Amino acid sequence: MTTSTTATAPAEPRFRFTRPSPWHLVLIPLTFILLVPLIWMVITSLETEAETRQFPPVLLPASPQWTNYPDALSAAPFLRFMLNSAVVALVVVVANLVLCSLAGYAFARLRFLGRGALFAVLMATLMVPFQVTMIPEFLIVKWVGLNVWDQLGIDHLGALIAPNLATAFGIFLLRQFFLTIPVELEEAARIDGTSRLGVLFKIVLPLSLPAMATLAALTFLDSWNSFLWPLIVINTESNMTLPLGLTTFQGSHATHWELLMAGNVFSLLPMLLVFFAAQRYFVRSVAATGLKG
Amino acid sequence: MASATPTASNAAPPARRTGLLRRFSGSEHAVGWAFVTPATVLIAVFGLLPILWSLLLSFQKSDLLTPETPFVGLDNYKQIPGDATFRLAIEHTIVYTVLFVPATMIVGLLIAAALNRKVRGISIYRTAAYVTMAVSTINEAIIFMWLFEPSFGVVNAVLNGLGLPQGQWLSSPGQALYVIVAMTVWGWTGFAVVIYLAALQGVPKELQEAAAIDGAKPFTIFRTITFPLLSPATLFLAVWLSINALQLFDEVYLTTRGGPLHSTTVVVYYLFDQAFQQFNAGYAAALAYVLFLVILVITFIQFRVGNRFVHYNR
Repeated sequence: MTTSTTATAPAEPRFRFTRPSPWHLVLIPLTFILLVPLIWMVITSLETEAETRQFPPVLLPASPQWTNYPDALSAAPFLRFMLNSAVVALVVVVANLVLCSLAGYAFARLRFLGRGALFAVLMATLMVPFQVTMIPEFLIVKWVGLNVWDQLGIDHLGALIAPNLATAFGIFLLRQFFLTIPVELEEAARIDGTSRLGVLFKIVLPLSLPAMATLAALTFLDSWNSFLWPLIVINTESNMTLPLGLTTFQGSHATHWELLMAGNVFSLLPMLLVFFAAQRYFVRSVAATGLKG
Repeated sequence: MASATPTASNAAPPARRTGLLRRFSGSEHAVGWAFVTPATVLIAVFGLLPILWSLLLSFQKSDLLTPETPFVGLDNYKQIPGDATFRLAIEHTIVYTVLFVPATMIVGLLIAAALNRKVRGISIYRTAAYVTMAVSTINEAIIFMWLFEPSFGVVNAVLNGLGLPQGQWLSSPGQALYVIVAMTVWGWTGFAVVIYLAALQGVPKELQEAAAIDGAKPFTIFRTITFPLLSPATLFLAVWLSINALQLFDEVYLTTRGGPLHSTTVVVYYLFDQAFQQFNAGYAAALAYVLFLVILVITFIQFRVGNRFVHYNR
């Protein structure tokens, strides 16, 4: 940029002040109403027990009771619940990325005997709701726990992990994405003698990061928020994931709303952080495939 | 059968092998099966086998504990029409679905329309609208139990301030189901906004501008141009929200356990109760298959009816 142009026509300042759009008058109240439940959760988590028992409610606590958080954490093993949730979610996400990309690549690129039929059968399982499969799934996981591992039974983290290691949905998602990658890129490497596995990991997967991120985000959300299956299989407190742990905590502290809300905030935070970090993948995946955990 | 790509297995032509063996050891067959086997085995054991086993179970009597599961023929299915609680559960599920699905779609569409403009800070507003996607059903249920708490809750305080009668909400047989509708609509708002906003951004501006030049009013433009172009998103949301509404469980389990007086007993809660609390697993399996069929039929009808008015913008 030269000085002569700035003299005749001043360059646009970085932050130009324009009159705010009147739409803010609609958007601000709208956003506020949507967020009231979350705002109210945070406010209540900072009140004393006496303040939660006033009507009409106290809008701002006299002094924020930050001790509610350590109190809630000591009233139930929330860190343990969170660790369990994280272990289950991470193992499930990594396993899905590996197993579904292997299978998705084979269905997209390799011609093998029975490919079409196998793909159709796997996709058909997507239509069946979880309620149909949950009872035998319970019996199968229990049988595996009792017979394959020595008397492990069903009340353990493995029971939360094993059934979700690979999903037909993940295979479908990645296969569809792999089909959009030009096959010429792979052929060049094949001529150079790279194995199929090498092609998948060195060429295809680096080009598929958006699809992998989408699958990771959806699988994580699904695993982290899963409730019905953990409710069926887990009884021991130390093996509970966050939703289940929060439910038992709610059962034993039903009237201590300040502790309940502190536990709620604490259990919501990791998911919120993941969500803000990976928002565009969540949004893209929902918009593209229309799935919520 | 030759390998698919000309470069694949030319280095070592499997000349001596014959028949089936050759077909399987041809490099693509072997590699292909090696790649799909781990995922296939897992899905077969934890997905496919349970589907078939569940069908078998629906013709048996099982309490999940004793190994003997005697065949009872169609008894489980015959028991369904005379089950008064199940009939109640169906009624509640229908009422819930009929309220929840349109309410979520209307709220989602209105918010998406408000967010579909270039205003400074729009991405902050959008993130705020999406955020309920990150809130688990359990978080959502606990928050709404507190908002609708009869003695100290915010909702009753607001009603009180406006001079309106207060409610007993989740403790009232006449109101509990509607509170569950409210909390789930809130929980699904982010999802509906994402879908509708993506669809709105795909509507070509030229059509709306042309209509505006011809003197059409904003609402007329929305009704006659924008909304028809959104119909694929509308159909998708109707189908997807219905499938999820028919499977409502988490919020009911956490807030009311189907009460008070069975007023929030929905189909999946009843199914869970039969299988894992009453230990009538065979009967629950039969209920699950009935639910599966109902979902299939409803989805099929929605697509048939939907395809008549959906405009695909191709």
